[in-house]
Amino acid sequence: MINSRFFNRSELMGFIALAAVLFVILPLTLDVFRLNLVAKYLTYAFVALGLVLCWGYGGILSLGQGVFFGLGGYCMAMFLKLEASSVENTKIQSTPGIPDFMDWNQITSLPLFWQPFHSLTFTILAIILVPGLFALIIGTAMFKRRVGGTYFAIITQAVAAILTILIVGQQGYTGGINGMTDLRTLRGWDIRPDHAKIILYFVEVLLLFACIGIAQFIRLTKLGRILVAMREQEDRVRFSGYSVANFKIFAFCMAAVFAAIGGAMFALNVGFMSPSFVGIVPSIEMVIYTAVGGRMSIFGAIWGALLVNFAKTSLSESFPQLWLFGLGALFIAVVLAFPNGLSGLWADYVQPRIDRLFASRKPKPDWNDNSVADGAPAE
Amino acid sequence: MSDEANKGLLSPLRRKLLMGMAAVPAITMLPRASFAQAPATSAVNTTGLAVTDTEVTVGILHSATGTMAISETGSIEAEKLAIEQINAMGGVLGRKIKFIQEDGASDWPTFAEKAKKLLVNDKVAAIMGCWTSASRKAVLPVMEQYNGMLYYPTFYEGLEQSKNVIYTGQEATQQILAGLNWIAKEKGAKSFFFIGSDYIWPRTSNKIARKHVENVLKGKVVGEEYYALGSTQFNSVINKIKLTKPDVIFTDVVGGSNVAFYKQLKAAGIDLAKQALLTISVTEDEIDGIGGENIAGAYACMKYFQSLDNPNNKTFVPAFKKMWGEKTVIGDVTQAAYLGPWLWKLTVEKAGSFDVDKIAAASPGVEFKGAPEGYVRIHENHHLWSKTRVGRAKLDGQFELIYETADLVEPDPFPKGYQ
Repeated sequence: MINSRFFNRSELMGFIALAAVLFVILPLTLDVFRLNLVAKYLTYAFVALGLVLCWGYGGILSLGQGVFFGLGGYCMAMFLKLEASSVENTKIQSTPGIPDFMDWNQITSLPLFWQPFHSLTFTILAIILVPGLFALIIGTAMFKRRVGGTYFAIITQAVAAILTILIVGQQGYTGGINGMTDLRTLRGWDIRPDHAKIILYFVEVLLLFACIGIAQFIRLTKLGRILVAMREQEDRVRFSGYSVANFKIFAFCMAAVFAAIGGAMFALNVGFMSPSFVGIVPSIEMVIYTAVGGRMSIFGAIWGALLVNFAKTSLSESFPQLWLFGLGALFIAVVLAFPNGLSGLWADYVQPRIDRLFASRKPKPDWNDNSVADGAPAE
Repeated sequence: MSDEANKGLLSPLRRKLLMGMAAVPAITMLPRASFAQAPATSAVNTTGLAVTDTEVTVGILHSATGTMAISETGSIEAEKLAIEQINAMGGVLGRKIKFIQEDGASDWPTFAEKAKKLLVNDKVAAIMGCWTSASRKAVLPVMEQYNGMLYYPTFYEGLEQSKNVIYTGQEATQQILAGLNWIAKEKGAKSFFFIGSDYIWPRTSNKIARKHVENVLKGKVVGEEYYALGSTQFNSVINKIKLTKPDVIFTDVVGGSNVAFYKQLKAAGIDLAKQALLTISVTEDEIDGIGGENIAGAYACMKYFQSLDNPNNKTFVPAFKKMWGEKTVIGDVTQAAYLGPWLWKLTVEKAGSFDVDKIAAASPGVEFKGAPEGYVRIHENHHLWSKTRVGRAKLDGQFELIYETADLVEPDPFPKGYQ
């Protein structure tokens, strides 16, 4: 009963389908290598989920989600890198006990801002708080001045470009263009062998479902409705006495935190972090996953992230020289033919058939249920 | 208590069982006749690599797309040529080489993912690949974890040595020191100006060069400047060069930035016929983009030039052009990439096995007499003994060999006194 209120019927089906695929079908059918790839794809699903809240519902298009993905990932990577750079592991360096890239750049002691990353608790807090606060600052600066729409998108892009340049330029402190490689253990637990990959996969899927729960909760509360109202008619919401800026900041911060969790899981699953996830191109790719999956649909966006990345891997394995063209064609086709993404396709073509199937079995059709949830009356 | 112990036992056991089950269909697929030769394959391949009675699979892992594609294409071509030539000679231990090509897409994580795919999924016996240091750093943990063998072609910064990598390019001291000695002696150079792209290879190379200039040559470094990758504005540094008037400009600017750098240098009136410039980052491939007229007169410090006059190179260059077109040029790294498959073949034959551990152990001492650069030998530290050469760029985009070391230079990835 609680479920039927939290999710309507089609959402419940979507939830069950996703849970079945991620918890049961994929782990049973894929080998560890492929499962680890799925774990990598899923880190982008966190970002897509954040974009559904912020872009799909709130109407705030951010082209700089790579910044938050990167901040989360770098926080995690700094902790892991410090652990991998024990004095014993780095005997060969001129200054043992500091990360290898610092040694190559003639840095002789651990910089101050690296010190707290010896602590896992601090790291976990930092993964949430650093991107969250950063989003709060950008959001406050922008939305309080009523900067929105295209200008906001351009500014987020600029932030992504600046952060990339900063990371690449300060290579003694960040690893530069190489990134932080060779991450090995988490509190002494080796993250590289197969069984660790499986555990990390399930931890990640659980976290993803927790985030889905939070997103769905936000969507269903009054807050979610205000977000949608803001997207449709910002002035009306403002004239009704709501502080539009605060709601926008909130949505933007949530999206940032989701992206950061994805980034941290990325560092754990893939075993390294580099500026190539922070810049403009990856940030736009993240928006594309969401668009392909359907920006209005939580589950659609997650499928989008999974399928686009899967297509990327399999196309590049089969056609090493031509795959980028194939991928480009796929995006154009999806956007031209189904502007609401895969979830729009599902809602237009597949869902009605399922509904009819149920309707023919039951004498009394229950589309009422659906229409209430979709067009819920304003409170 | 006993439950816990059981769990520990169970999972490796299950994995072994699963692997055994996976092998059953593979066995049934083999033709019956091959059982007669089975001991051969089982003897040369004890670790489950992709080796059959007639074929052995290797991986090629470079960027075929993205910004690095322009540099890495030459390496892909050279490796394919070497594989074709080896197959034409009967292959390795009687087995034809089959290759699986993967695209690293100029993206370091993709390199790691594809390396893992080649090792775990395809069970390749060796990988020829990587180009930038960043891609190698990303791939290295994967090679070590899954015990693969990587043949890495690019000249690089050193400070690395792995059982699982054979470095067929030069490490920094091999590339730099002899060149600096030569220019100090030949030109009486005392003052140097360093210009590099801002990442690990130029920074480390310049660190080594600075120590050598200051401690060994008793010269002076009058300037050291770094520019972001892809940067195209060099006017301020060119002004500084004009002010400080160094005897030698020493550059390790990479990629597209080179085009802007040499054009602006020429436009600023610095004539490379009079101003000595020593580069460790411009090969025939880069000159293709820079234009011979913009860089003619500059000295490059490499181990191979397309114009080298020796019997090996005289057969290599036409073979390469026949396969990939008359207009292609062959740079230092392309030649080093060509060495990869050959060194691997020679090592496999020396070890009598495809097993990675045996190849790693057998590598030191393997010599390749057919190398286009002349003769190379693998050192205990998995780098190559090779000569250092200085060439002078000509208008037609080729180098004229000016100087080469008399002997092979010993690779020294962790140089004492230079760190």
